[in-house]
Amino acid sequence: MAGVLDRRLVFVTGKGGVGKTTVAAALGLASANRGRRTVIAEVAEQERVTGIFGKPAAGYHETEVAERLSAFSLNPEDAKQEWLRDQLRSDRLAGMLNQSRIFSYLTAAAPGLDELVTLGKVWEMAQMERRKKSDRPYDTCVVDAPATGHGVAMLRSPRTYAEIARVGPVAKHAGYFDQFIRDGRSTAVVAVALAEEMPVNETVDLQERLDREVGVKLAAVLVNAVLPERYSNEEAEQLEGVDSRSPATGGKGGPATREAVATALAAHRRAREQRSQVARLRRSLDAPVLTLPFLLSPEVGLDGLETLAAELERKL
Amino acid sequence: MSGGARQPARPAAQGGSPGVADLIGRKQVVICAGSGGVGKTTTSAAIATGMADRGLKAAVLTIDPARRLANSLGLTELGNEEARVELDSSSGELWAMMLDAKRTFDDLVDTYAPDEQTRNAVLANPIYKQLSNAVAGSQEYMAMEKLHELHQEGRYDLLVLDTPPSRNALDFLEAPRRLSRFIDSRSLRFFQSTSKVGFGLVGRGTGMLFSVMQRATGVDLLRDLSEFFNAFGSMTDGFADRARRVEALLGDSRTTFLLVTSPREASIQEAEWFAKRLREEDLPFGGVIVNRVRSSIATRPSPQLDSELTGLLGDKLGAKVARTLGEQVALAEVDAHNMSDLKRRLGRKPTIAVPEMPGDVHDIEGLRALNKHLF
Repeated sequence: MAGVLDRRLVFVTGKGGVGKTTVAAALGLASANRGRRTVIAEVAEQERVTGIFGKPAAGYHETEVAERLSAFSLNPEDAKQEWLRDQLRSDRLAGMLNQSRIFSYLTAAAPGLDELVTLGKVWEMAQMERRKKSDRPYDTCVVDAPATGHGVAMLRSPRTYAEIARVGPVAKHAGYFDQFIRDGRSTAVVAVALAEEMPVNETVDLQERLDREVGVKLAAVLVNAVLPERYSNEEAEQLEGVDSRSPATGGKGGPATREAVATALAAHRRAREQRSQVARLRRSLDAPVLTLPFLLSPEVGLDGLETLAAELERKL
Repeated sequence: MSGGARQPARPAAQGGSPGVADLIGRKQVVICAGSGGVGKTTTSAAIATGMADRGLKAAVLTIDPARRLANSLGLTELGNEEARVELDSSSGELWAMMLDAKRTFDDLVDTYAPDEQTRNAVLANPIYKQLSNAVAGSQEYMAMEKLHELHQEGRYDLLVLDTPPSRNALDFLEAPRRLSRFIDSRSLRFFQSTSKVGFGLVGRGTGMLFSVMQRATGVDLLRDLSEFFNAFGSMTDGFADRARRVEALLGDSRTTFLLVTSPREASIQEAEWFAKRLREEDLPFGGVIVNRVRSSIATRPSPQLDSELTGLLGDKLGAKVARTLGEQVALAEVDAHNMSDLKRRLGRKPTIAVPEMPGDVHDIEGLRALNKHLF
């Protein structure tokens, strides 16, 4: 099976708040650094990637953010219109549907339609031949996808539509998408997690749901923000000795020293707890589990992204 | 629960702020909203537990593909019915419910279907099946629906709703409206008119529209939609009326929204945007809960401290401790800065800072430890 960075479509999901966007951006950068023309697609109208690269927001336009690397913010509304124009091969007819209130009500709530057109757009960007000749082709499209439940729903949307629209253009395209995302040579589904109890549980759950509801396996799990293992067990014991004895009972050091040591010990305990959570992930998952370092800077900038991308290039 | 100290120091940012019981006052419905991963489920469970400990009969409702509330409550099974959670030494009662969106939808169809035949036709329709199973939209709609139902029944002093995890926190306000527009009577009339006279033989304007839609989507899809609306037709008024009452509950004076967030920049941005939306919608906005704030550290790195540390621990270990301290001080400062930034951006709403807890919170004991900071 091809490595994650050799596939055309890389779908990044995971629990909310684990850093999916950052990791998707780092995956995109790692892919571009390896020489592949890459686009990072953010879904659901979010646009943070251009900002990380210090570029102005560009919305529904593929915009270059680094060498061989573009970013794209996808909203279902624009994707729907593009899809309609393409289906009807007529701006006039597409416009007519768009102006129809009935049609807008139907499509605004038709189950899974937003997910389907979103998936259709990222699928299109992952094709060697783009739909429009003027669009540049990419080797890889990295998708910053919705969180677990919604992510699974998005990957499932082609099947959903294959079931409700048995024939016709929607059914035909849904079939293409479904085939593509379930082909391990073309598509990788990657989960981002944190080394904490609930994100680990949700990742295990995600693996099971992907298998059962979509028929895909996780290609890799990337554990974000893993603290450094700075202290050996002996060192931790030495610190505990300082921490547990107050000066009155023969402990050494003033209040400042003691707070510094207590702070170091608390950080050490968090790192140790994280290690046991990573171990639990490894025990519970078939997919390779890779760790990414905790970044100290308050906001992820280009430097931080380069650090993460270098880790990913080394490990994937 | 990890073995660390149970009660970390209160973060400096908290000084003198109200507790969550003050924010709730005598309200009967608390809706916890916020972006994913900020601890909404845990916070909702903690609030219900804390209010039960204060003598109320409180219920917490969550939607849960990942069994998150079960996790927080140390429970293994939750169904579409409320289950009582055993609380030691509590004067009130804690109840919890994990919402099954599909079953709630089916129950509604049951309620509003005029006869058995209509009910079966709707439940068997492929569009209905997908609609009631769809993660985006239906969950939010049904969460509001169940909340309304429980509130009507009046069996609880307080209902706490953990809003569904969605990419953007707005979904649960918009999705019910989208869904009720979908089943609204105008869509219905359109499809009734097309099916009565058969495909392609309808009035000129509608027929044109219909044939274009057919070209874009396929005839099966339209036929299923048409069947769906026909079967659903008799129930539309019931649903629409219900949706209006659910929406009224959101703006009711007995309801309050609590915004749950974290001190990270991305969550603050979402929280600010969400607060703006609450104001625009004229919804009752009670306050903000900021989870996982890193506790402030009084000690600052200094050459004197460095030499004390190396004197006490040796060069290598002393330097490591100094480095860790420097990092942790910087992180706590970022959080403190973000906290004041958040207060400013949210228009100085009552804000409760909850420190980062050592280890995960996933049982009643952990929730009560959390409540020392929340209440």
